[in-house]
Amino acid sequence: MADDVEQGFRAEVAEWLKANFPASLAYKNPQPYHNDGALADADADFQLWLRRIADKGWGAVTWAPEYGGAGLTRAHEAVINQEMARIGAFNPNRSYGMMMLGPTLLEYADDEQKLRFLPGIAKGTVRWCQGFSEPGAGSDLASLQTKCIDQGDHWLVNGQKIWTSGANHAHWCFCLVRTDTSRKQAGISFLLIDMSSPGVEARPITLISGTTHFAEVFLTDVQVPKENIVGGVNQGWAVAKRLLQFERDSLAGNRAEAPSLAPLAKRYIGEDADGRIADPDLRRRLILNSMRSRAYSQTFQRAAREAKAGTGTSPALSAVKNLGSDVSQERGELIVEILGNRGLGWEGGGFEPDELEATRAWLHSKAYSIYGGSFEIQNNITAKRVLNLPDYQ
Amino acid sequence: MAVLNEEQRMLRDGAEAWALDRAPVTALRRLRELDGQTGFDPDLYAEMAEMGWTGILVPEEFGGSDFGHLSLGLIVERLGRTLLPSPLIDSAVAAVGALRLAGNAAQQERFLPALASGELVAVLALDEDRRHPQRQVALAAERDGDGWRLSGVKRPVPFGMAAGLFIVPARTTDGVALFLVDGDAAGLDRRALREVLPRGAAILSFDNVAVGPDALLSPPGEGQGVLDRVLDRACICQAAEMLGAAVQAFETTLDYLKTRKQFGRIIGQFQALQHRAANLYAELELTRSAVEAALAALDEDGDDIPVLASLAKALAGDTLRRMATEMIQLHGGIGMTDEHDAGFYLKRARVADMSFGNAAFHRERYARLCGY
Repeated sequence: MADDVEQGFRAEVAEWLKANFPASLAYKNPQPYHNDGALADADADFQLWLRRIADKGWGAVTWAPEYGGAGLTRAHEAVINQEMARIGAFNPNRSYGMMMLGPTLLEYADDEQKLRFLPGIAKGTVRWCQGFSEPGAGSDLASLQTKCIDQGDHWLVNGQKIWTSGANHAHWCFCLVRTDTSRKQAGISFLLIDMSSPGVEARPITLISGTTHFAEVFLTDVQVPKENIVGGVNQGWAVAKRLLQFERDSLAGNRAEAPSLAPLAKRYIGEDADGRIADPDLRRRLILNSMRSRAYSQTFQRAAREAKAGTGTSPALSAVKNLGSDVSQERGELIVEILGNRGLGWEGGGFEPDELEATRAWLHSKAYSIYGGSFEIQNNITAKRVLNLPDYQ
Repeated sequence: MAVLNEEQRMLRDGAEAWALDRAPVTALRRLRELDGQTGFDPDLYAEMAEMGWTGILVPEEFGGSDFGHLSLGLIVERLGRTLLPSPLIDSAVAAVGALRLAGNAAQQERFLPALASGELVAVLALDEDRRHPQRQVALAAERDGDGWRLSGVKRPVPFGMAAGLFIVPARTTDGVALFLVDGDAAGLDRRALREVLPRGAAILSFDNVAVGPDALLSPPGEGQGVLDRVLDRACICQAAEMLGAAVQAFETTLDYLKTRKQFGRIIGQFQALQHRAANLYAELELTRSAVEAALAALDEDGDDIPVLASLAKALAGDTLRRMATEMIQLHGGIGMTDEHDAGFYLKRARVADMSFGNAAFHRERYARLCGY
């Protein structure tokens, strides 16, 4: 975009946002609306905002209009994001569909599938969940066993999925199924299943943090139309790997530097005569975490600059994800340690809401090094793909 | 790797080619065998000056190129890979920095061209014994007519045996001042220290050394502020050099994991070793980010240079020491031999960590600056 064109577009965006972004949502953390919970439970202004964004095509700025997007460039998208950030607005259409499935369909789906599924993602009206992991297939995902048998005019699916985020609110599920039992990766297909089909049951799983973000999905004699396979029969592993890359990208996504814990520590623990956090052992660990956290966000900024300039040697995402989970999990531990006895509350009176939230967040943080490819799997990827270390033979 | 402009790419590639040809680890080995007191190879330093590296931070009017710290950082990172001992950071960063920040016109005209051309090596006489001073300078300066008299000891002073000029922080009744002291000054005694790696370190004893008013670089009370800014620059470039050493230690070790066989297989097939390598790789990336952010902040004259300097130096210190230790462990017995290079990386890790304040010093400084 030429500078003057960009200036014009920027002004247009600012004007539209001014007219359409509900003021009540400014600087609100949009996280609670994403994925967890049904859209109908979101507040009215959020629903209004999502509708307006969808009508404008900005739910998926760079997608073609026939797919529900605005058909604009990444540069346009950057301007829109910048203008939103400037006034505390946000894109309300962040979902698993946008994050993972949409970009995968753009690469692997046929024209008919794209026209059928992309608009619902772009408009935020159809919610998706990810049916990958199974009780016996976690880190070793390709050992999945959910059976998918060709019945001539439809597929018949039987099996169980687990750790399916938001399954109890999702309309559809992108699922990995086994269409050939004689080969491991080469017997997997990528299948789109309507969650309202007979035989689909989602049961929420309560985690150590007390939340029910995840569910188990039971598939019992579920009939799925033949045309719902993406990328071809037994070709699903390639599609899945691409989708996992999109997932990793978004999990490693640009995190703002976490705010300093020094004020919290001084409030709860006090200061010594020299103005330092009074507990020297905890203070030292807080410092180490702060330094690593800062270098972690510097790593993001560097990766973004390098990606923009197209210089090759950006830090590998697999390593970045591990650094991120490490830094965040340590932070969760440190906060609870700062809170002391106030960090032991579960619910009810006697604790501040922030204290209860911090305790739940600490428990939830243990998932960071498990989901989206565990710490160990990320290290396998770094060792093999980045460092070119040989496979065990 | 940072996003570079054309000129920076040329400098980096030039440094790469030169280092491969002229500065392998054998250059360090040769210096050690010579048992000299200089601590670096003057011919190699002259070649570095010829390529303009000693003038990268010197303004053009004084014979430099003023290309900036990121440019110099790229070069010292490359030289750090093979551990070349040279006073580039001490002289072309720290001494040049001190003269640019605090020198008057006469001092700049007198010394900056000679530093840029490499004819003069100037170093900071900073540490006084066991620890990097934390606002506790013992060496004393007393007024004597319109000049000063300096008494006390500085040790170790890297490249102190060869330097022609010292920048000396000294305590006065009105706070710290910085002095320019000629290497040949009467009453200044230099004694060589033999350290784990050659760097021409010296004990400087100042016995009532008389200097004129033109030797005052930074007056009492202002010296500490200037010194802090000089040390930020030195720290950041030192961290870039340490990053280079850590990268090479990692790559050498990775090569070994891909060739060494035991139990009938390449040891790099073992997951325990693969994961150690993956974790070390992540630490390297983290350190690179901190170093490059700090170099960029110097060139942009950012507000948070002290924080970024301490972050980079502390991370580089921890990462290089861990990398060098793992280099020896993962090489096994051969890594313990003098014949192998691994020991040099371990020794450099310790020496470089102690230069301009070690990791612990900089963690504490970072903590103070950030309100912990």
